[in-house]
Amino acid sequence: MSTQAGILKVIHAVADISNDPAPDESLFDSGTLDSFTLPDLVTGLEKEFNVKIPDADLVPERFDTVTKIEAYLNTHKS
Amino acid sequence: MPYVRAFGHYVPSRIVTNADLEARTGRDASTIEKSSGILERRYADEGVTVADLGLTAAQACLASANLAPQDIGLILFSSGSSERTFPGPASQLAAKLGFTSTPAIDIPIASAGSLIAIAFAADLAPRYGNILVVASEIMSRRISDADPDTAILFGDGAGACVVSNQSAPNSFRIADTSFFTDGNYAEALKLDHNGAIQMKGLDVIVQASRKIPRAIEDLLTKNNLKPADIPLYLMHQANLNLIRKVAAALQIPEDRFFRNISHYGNTSSASLLIAASEWRAANPVPSDAPIVFATFGAGFNWGSILVFPS
Repeated sequence: MSTQAGILKVIHAVADISNDPAPDESLFDSGTLDSFTLPDLVTGLEKEFNVKIPDADLVPERFDTVTKIEAYLNTHKS
Repeated sequence: MPYVRAFGHYVPSRIVTNADLEARTGRDASTIEKSSGILERRYADEGVTVADLGLTAAQACLASANLAPQDIGLILFSSGSSERTFPGPASQLAAKLGFTSTPAIDIPIASAGSLIAIAFAADLAPRYGNILVVASEIMSRRISDADPDTAILFGDGAGACVVSNQSAPNSFRIADTSFFTDGNYAEALKLDHNGAIQMKGLDVIVQASRKIPRAIEDLLTKNNLKPADIPLYLMHQANLNLIRKVAAALQIPEDRFFRNISHYGNTSSASLLIAASEWRAANPVPSDAPIVFATFGAGFNWGSILVFPS
């Protein structure tokens, strides 16, 4: 499974959406994510990609789009 | 070995509903309930002080503990909303209780202050005997209607407990405590002099959602317990959705978390002790199962406490 496919799998697990968000669509502006679902997204990413995401990295700017999430994971995956 | 000997609380009689706040802030009443789980909160009347609320809660607690004020060796008073910078409400409360030399120390930490005070009291009880822990807040004077995201959340009230170095019937043995601070988030939730509360809700919720479950799990693991072993969680009543989030993170039913936020809103550091006092009143003879206290707030400060009925 590609990184983007894994990200979309996690997004669908934590957010109530029917279609895939576009790669550069803001997940917060679209209402896909909010303060209560961002922790779920991060926990899901940690499990899906076997990475440890520090609390200090939990800022919306890093997880606002699928592209940004992919870039973050690419620099943090072991 | 330290024990929580009794609880007490007091909330003002004046009820402020979501409809009242809709009229003031423009925030839809149903949205307030959906986003926070709050239906109403209590506001203190003009002229009433943080120490006044604390006194009523303290008196209820002392009566429940069958103790007189002169039995108290130390007061720890938590408040993030006291009227002035110094002296804080601890000394005012001490005077109202008739003390002239008993030490009374302020812990000016919003939200998490009561848990930190209990943790301090657990360590200090061997030296001071009975320690009166009071948490009192008048948050209604620290909000701005121009910031409805924050204004809708808060209410006023006070809670108290006695931490003692001696057990008493139906007291709770404090088995372990933990608390933490990350000052990198000091700007995320703050109250400047003569200002209103400023809160970056996303930072608060996101960090609390991660840090509270971790603090609880770490404390329980250290004591050879798992979240599922705990039938009752007494948590800071910040937001019903946060309580649900913590329960989900711990993979336990949310009904194991005592909840009274619908009636009182977020009373900051008082909420933990108000919740404990209400639960205790409804359960005068609890089972022997362990209980976990947990909180999170400005600083950020957060932590948890494990107690066993004794």
